[in-house]
Amino acid sequence: MDGFPAGLRVLVVDDDPTWIKILEKMLKKCSYEVTTCCKATDALNMLRERKDRFDIVISDVYMPDMDGFKLLEQVGLEMDLPVIMMSVDGETSRVMKGVQHGACDYLLKPIRMKELRNIWQHVYRKKINEVKEIESQDHESNEGTQITKKGLNDFEYDLLLCGSDLNSTKKRKELENEEHGDQDFSNNPGALKKARVVWSVDLHQKFVNAVNHIGFDKVGPKKILDLMNIPGLTRENVASHLQKYRLYLSRLQRQSESNTAFCGIKQSDFSSKDHPGKFGLQSSTITQHNSPNSFGYSSKISIVQDAVPEIHEDELKNMVSFLPITDTKNSIKDDVPVAQKFNTVPQQGVVLPFGGMISDDCTSFESTRSQQQSWSEESPVVQLMHHLKQDHELHLPLKGCPHPPLHGQKHHFQVDPVQTAASANSRTGSSQKAEQNIVNQQRFGEMPVSSATSSTKNQDVDRNCTNSWEYFQSLTSKSRSSSISSEDNLPLISLQSYGSFEDVPLDNVDLFYLSDSSTITDLQSYVYDGLRFDYDDQCDSMEYPVTEDVF
Amino acid sequence: MEKFNMQRQVSYMKNWLIEQGFLDEQFLQLEELQDDVNPNFVEEVVALYFKDSSRMMINIDAALERSPLDFSKLETFMHQFKGSSSSIGAKKVKNECSLFREYCEQGNKDGCLRTFQQVKKEHAILRKKLDSYFQLARQAGPLQAASRPM
Repeated sequence: MDGFPAGLRVLVVDDDPTWIKILEKMLKKCSYEVTTCCKATDALNMLRERKDRFDIVISDVYMPDMDGFKLLEQVGLEMDLPVIMMSVDGETSRVMKGVQHGACDYLLKPIRMKELRNIWQHVYRKKINEVKEIESQDHESNEGTQITKKGLNDFEYDLLLCGSDLNSTKKRKELENEEHGDQDFSNNPGALKKARVVWSVDLHQKFVNAVNHIGFDKVGPKKILDLMNIPGLTRENVASHLQKYRLYLSRLQRQSESNTAFCGIKQSDFSSKDHPGKFGLQSSTITQHNSPNSFGYSSKISIVQDAVPEIHEDELKNMVSFLPITDTKNSIKDDVPVAQKFNTVPQQGVVLPFGGMISDDCTSFESTRSQQQSWSEESPVVQLMHHLKQDHELHLPLKGCPHPPLHGQKHHFQVDPVQTAASANSRTGSSQKAEQNIVNQQRFGEMPVSSATSSTKNQDVDRNCTNSWEYFQSLTSKSRSSSISSEDNLPLISLQSYGSFEDVPLDNVDLFYLSDSSTITDLQSYVYDGLRFDYDDQCDSMEYPVTEDVF
Repeated sequence: MEKFNMQRQVSYMKNWLIEQGFLDEQFLQLEELQDDVNPNFVEEVVALYFKDSSRMMINIDAALERSPLDFSKLETFMHQFKGSSSSIGAKKVKNECSLFREYCEQGNKDGCLRTFQQVKKEHAILRKKLDSYFQLARQAGPLQAASRPM
């Protein structure tokens, strides 16, 4: 870090030209490298253009084109840069709001030189925190948390929460080239990226297992952490994840309450407080991946071919409730229109979380699990269902769930519906539909985020996403967003869209497993059309939402 | 000697402006930023402020003519205005802005109208004073450089 903090690259965003001029001068006097911007949207574009172009962002709270807090959240989500807010208004409530949205500092105008001189500390702090996390990580390959000492680049990829194909070296390299180049973080502060815990399918599964084992009512971060026994995972990681999980579950419960077709969920703790802007993070680093799934589904998810484990006829019935394909229940029908109407994804880039399907009768799942190959298509579903199973009697639509790598999974999935659904799919002609449904889910996961304001929409969304981690994420973020949606206009975040189902690369598992296109049924096209419709409409150039636990 | 006297005058005037509450410490901060790279930095900033704030005042005037008053919009305008005024240390202007915002919060139309007149007044006064100040400063010239012709 030669000369640090000199040369610190600062982006200043303020609509006031006088202040821009002054701040620019002040920062230059600190020997910082200054870029000014008078519009928040321009600033975001600049930031997105080159993720590592800046070290820190200073932004005013009040701006005409975008609320400063929103910008703050976006930057925190997408780029994870430290953001300093400034305002002439120093009211406690505003400062608090800034902190809540993730500001690392809040400066009052008029700003003094000495205050600006010290902003480098925020950059530095982030860096050393990242280093700490890295150093504490187990450098062995760990399920879902593959941390290498090679550098943050690898680590960061692996830990990305989005459903990026983390195990795809190709993707990783892309990201590397894109994001980090060949900067050595030890020399270049700008290259030091935050190391976040990525809740991959595997990791989440472990988490869920732990939670179920302890008992949802008695669960606590420490217990979960101990049970999970993942080196390098901190209590804070778990606590944050647990919080989201709870929100997700409570969201599901509310959904199910309003939708009697679905089973009820046990009421979980629900806190509607604002999450720090990290919730449902969008990581710009992941954008390269076709992985809107914030749940960090790894590459284990593969395209589901027709090979689906067999399930029994009666098991199929279990799925009925959530598979849109089956028409035995109204709920299913609901799914389809829901899919169509789906156009509200929680903002903050939260991809639809997977709804966990919860049911208790999937036992055959286990047997098939061992078949790695065939399972690769199902594990996500299984996993989803599994972790929700114990606590809720959820029968959520079987959507494409992120598929946890089945490499030596020891978890005992008790998720039955998933498997049931899967097998049912293969067995019955509805398998295609099931897959389709799953695919739909995935598509949902990719749906662009929009202000989720209408409860109906939310409900629809939720229903369709219920079995995805993303959904979970979206729920939690939604809960937050719903509380602020009225006041804010959460920026649209379009998830990467595949354009069409067929376009999804086979080796890229964003979230769910995709069924072979040849199995597309009417329903699928029906749903897809709906999805595409919404999707395309809401697509913008934003990136995927990625959920990460940032510590 | 002449130059020295002039520069002293400039100092006096500045101090007077501060003592009288027209300007606050921020103005001094601006002066500290002035250097060889930007020898007229303060004057430039002040000019920018007056240009921008005049535009803002037109908007506020227009908003004040509406009926009924949109207080939240007015508050937003005034917040911007206040922020801008804080950039050069326009203390009295800033204070009137705060008062205006209070009236906005109360939904007091008369209070708003009255206060805005005050804002405009202070704004105009400050402008004149700073014009004189910079004229004087230009005459006095930079401390090291040779004095410039008027």
